[in-house]
Amino acid sequence: MSETHVTDAHDDIIDDDKRDFIFIATGAAAAAGAGLLAWPLVAQMGKAADTLAAGSIEIDLSKIAEGQQLKMLWRGAPVFVRHRTAKEITLAEETDLSKIPDPQADNERLVAKPDGTVDPRYLVMVGVCTHFGCIPVGEAGDYKGWYCPCHASHYDTSGRIRKGPAPRNMAIPDYTYISDTVIKVG
Amino acid sequence: MSGHPSTYEPKYAATKWMDQRLPIVRMGADFMTFPSPRNLNYWYTFGGILTLCLVSQIITGIILAMHYVPHTELAFESVQRIRRDVPFGWLLQPMHAVGASMFFFAVYVHMFRGLYYGSYKAPREVLWIIGCLIYLVMMATGFLGYTLPWGQMSFWGATVITGFFGAVPVVGESLQQWLLGGYAVDNATLNRFFALHYLLPFVIAGLVGVHVWALHHVGQNNPIGITPKTKQDTLSFHPYYTVKDGFAVVVFLLIFAFFLFYQPDALGHADNYIEADALKTPPHIVPEWYFLPFYAILRAVPDKLAGILLMLGAIAVLFVLPWLDTSKVRSMRFRPVAKWFFWIFLFFCFILGWCGAETPDNIAIPFGTNADGTARGLDFTWLSRIATIYYFAYFVLILPILGLVETPKDRPESITKAILGDSHGAAAPAE
Amino acid sequence: MAFKMKTLILTGTAALIAAVSGIAYAAGGGGTGDYKMEHKHWHFQGAFGTYDKAAAQRGYQVYREVCASCHALKHLAFRHLGDKGAPFYNEDFPNPNDNPLVKNFAADWTVQDIDVETGDVIDRSGIPADKFPAIYPNNAAARASNGGGLPPDLSVMVSARNGGADYLYNLLIAYDTPPPADLQLTPGVYYNPVMDGGKIAMKNPLSDDLVEYADGTPATLEQMAADVTEFLAWSSDPKLEQRKSVGFMTMLYLLILAVLLWFSYKRVWRNVEH
Repeated sequence: MSETHVTDAHDDIIDDDKRDFIFIATGAAAAAGAGLLAWPLVAQMGKAADTLAAGSIEIDLSKIAEGQQLKMLWRGAPVFVRHRTAKEITLAEETDLSKIPDPQADNERLVAKPDGTVDPRYLVMVGVCTHFGCIPVGEAGDYKGWYCPCHASHYDTSGRIRKGPAPRNMAIPDYTYISDTVIKVG
Repeated sequence: MSGHPSTYEPKYAATKWMDQRLPIVRMGADFMTFPSPRNLNYWYTFGGILTLCLVSQIITGIILAMHYVPHTELAFESVQRIRRDVPFGWLLQPMHAVGASMFFFAVYVHMFRGLYYGSYKAPREVLWIIGCLIYLVMMATGFLGYTLPWGQMSFWGATVITGFFGAVPVVGESLQQWLLGGYAVDNATLNRFFALHYLLPFVIAGLVGVHVWALHHVGQNNPIGITPKTKQDTLSFHPYYTVKDGFAVVVFLLIFAFFLFYQPDALGHADNYIEADALKTPPHIVPEWYFLPFYAILRAVPDKLAGILLMLGAIAVLFVLPWLDTSKVRSMRFRPVAKWFFWIFLFFCFILGWCGAETPDNIAIPFGTNADGTARGLDFTWLSRIATIYYFAYFVLILPILGLVETPKDRPESITKAILGDSHGAAAPAE
Repeated sequence: MAFKMKTLILTGTAALIAAVSGIAYAAGGGGTGDYKMEHKHWHFQGAFGTYDKAAAQRGYQVYREVCASCHALKHLAFRHLGDKGAPFYNEDFPNPNDNPLVKNFAADWTVQDIDVETGDVIDRSGIPADKFPAIYPNNAAARASNGGGLPPDLSVMVSARNGGADYLYNLLIAYDTPPPADLQLTPGVYYNPVMDGGKIAMKNPLSDDLVEYADGTPATLEQMAADVTEFLAWSSDPKLEQRKSVGFMTMLYLLILAVLLWFSYKRVWRNVEH
């Protein structure tokens, strides 16, 4: 360019709107791009595919004898699967819910089988004390269920907190029956 | 121009308060209004591009470090896990690998721009030397990073480079084993290479800060090499050069994206998809493309120590270039003879890169066939030697001599006059 | 001042040279002697290429029934077979761990585990979360079973050879090439012109009708070679389809942004001589 004219004030006034539009459009496009680019940078810290795969386990209930508890690692924490005795089931069902810290009926803590019935023999729960996360010991404590040695929380045969500092019953994980005897946890 | 007086006036109570305590907003504002020569062309956008590359490599690098395991048993597997299982790992790992190549591509353009326009000449010697330091640390970072995937080229490249240190007289073997943490490249080496690879980019970032500080103290050079004399010669960095750099960055990203999405392995080597095997040397060990010219110089001489010294000399000569080039004229635009030697230098740099990739005994330029049917001609060893001789001659003979004997073309009086044309008929920029 | 066309042309040419030479460098490798590499057009080639899922499924069958007697696939887990873009992806089962085909394929393999009660090493059926198991307990055992040769892992084999899929395909079909007269072959070493140096420790693994394809495709040697190559190409680069589709969107976006920035640049510089 070899024109020697200086800035033409006339041009500026006429092109005012056009000038703003192109800058706004470009700015918006650049911001949108930056946002889209930021998403993978944040998402990559999320659970990877192998972590997610290990986040599901299948358990064959028929392999657990009466009075036995299976302890399996699930998502970094133990899952207790207990084949309860008739006495334990009776104790769990006959508890006066108004007298316990975190009222929950025993059958609310069980999942129905494919045929719609609930089998009270198998209790599936996350074996982590709801106080500070220690693993309670089975067949112990004042309520014949579990006892957490860290700060003396007592759980009953349904895994409900009865005495001690823990605020809530032991958690029931998300599980379904994928056949009559096999459950999938997670 | 020795620095430029700050024109920033804080407008709000908060910014006034800050300005009295730490003038960081002032620094930013001054950066935006920095008077830049009005005739900068697209070769001058690569500084901004390089900043983007550094930021991209650091961000993707830190992310990869969240998933990578620097142990010989697990490194290769961890990279595969990133590519297969980590969310967007298939994007982030190649971004880092391809990004390293793009980083070197940009730095070479940036350096050749400096060579052509005389950006290393007074008062920019220190700016140039800091740039050479950045280049050196980049090369170290790139080498260290390439070992991390623990493929065949990672392992054997590390073996070759650490082997150089063994060539040092007297203390060589001890020095090499100290670097390795053992008798050969092994887990101790990999672990420390990871630590250093994580560290050095921040050293680069610090050097870049000093590089920009030096730049702002003396002001940018420009394609005609004439120092700005009046306010008319310059423009505020923002918006003129922010928008120009922005456009150049997007064009650069298009090239980056092409490689990243459609040819991510084109700039790498297939052998690095084979897990490192200490008992099996690949038939052709080659470094990444950006090291090939130096690899060619290294192999040009048969003696191990001489080759290493020559290779290091090829980098060292850059540091003293401001004193080797005796010309009072900055830009090659006005040095009609030197300009041709520059283009030949660029040509021989490509030749050196080609030689570095090839087997030394292969024929580069065939002249015909021998009696037994094999090709006859100039082999890569000899071609490397010719190119190496020219490389050193350019810096050590040609530039020093030409500066004293060449008659430069007439330079315009000022940038503005160069742009507007001048009634006295001063040369307008031809290209 | 007018936009420097020369700069764009130079930069673009440099990039093109790099791309072409890079691609040529990567594609490289012809065979030894007079063998002419057959360059198939692969379904996944090109900017919009995808994997031929049917071919990759057949290829998995070839891997399972033929190659897996010696070659491991250690960087893959069974669940990868059911991922998006994978041979057995089923959109009804976005979580590949639930995909019934994947579960069956996993159960078809035996993996090692520890018995939680006795601590003994036991064998059990695979589940989708398991990785493909090692074929031999260690490299020494692998060599002992293969006359001193070590059958390489195939997870990234297509990426690990110059020529990629073409290399692998040609390697598998080139066994019937007559060896040069002066070639010395010791027992357990075979001639294959595609192999670097011409000598390979693997006997020809394929022959016509070696497997019976579930979909009825005639299992000729060339067909099995092509199918297992398609499968192994997927194994090397399972995210190819996502990469290309995100790539298309990205290039489109960058082109639009470049145009917007170009006009912004012109507007900013309109009344300024430079």
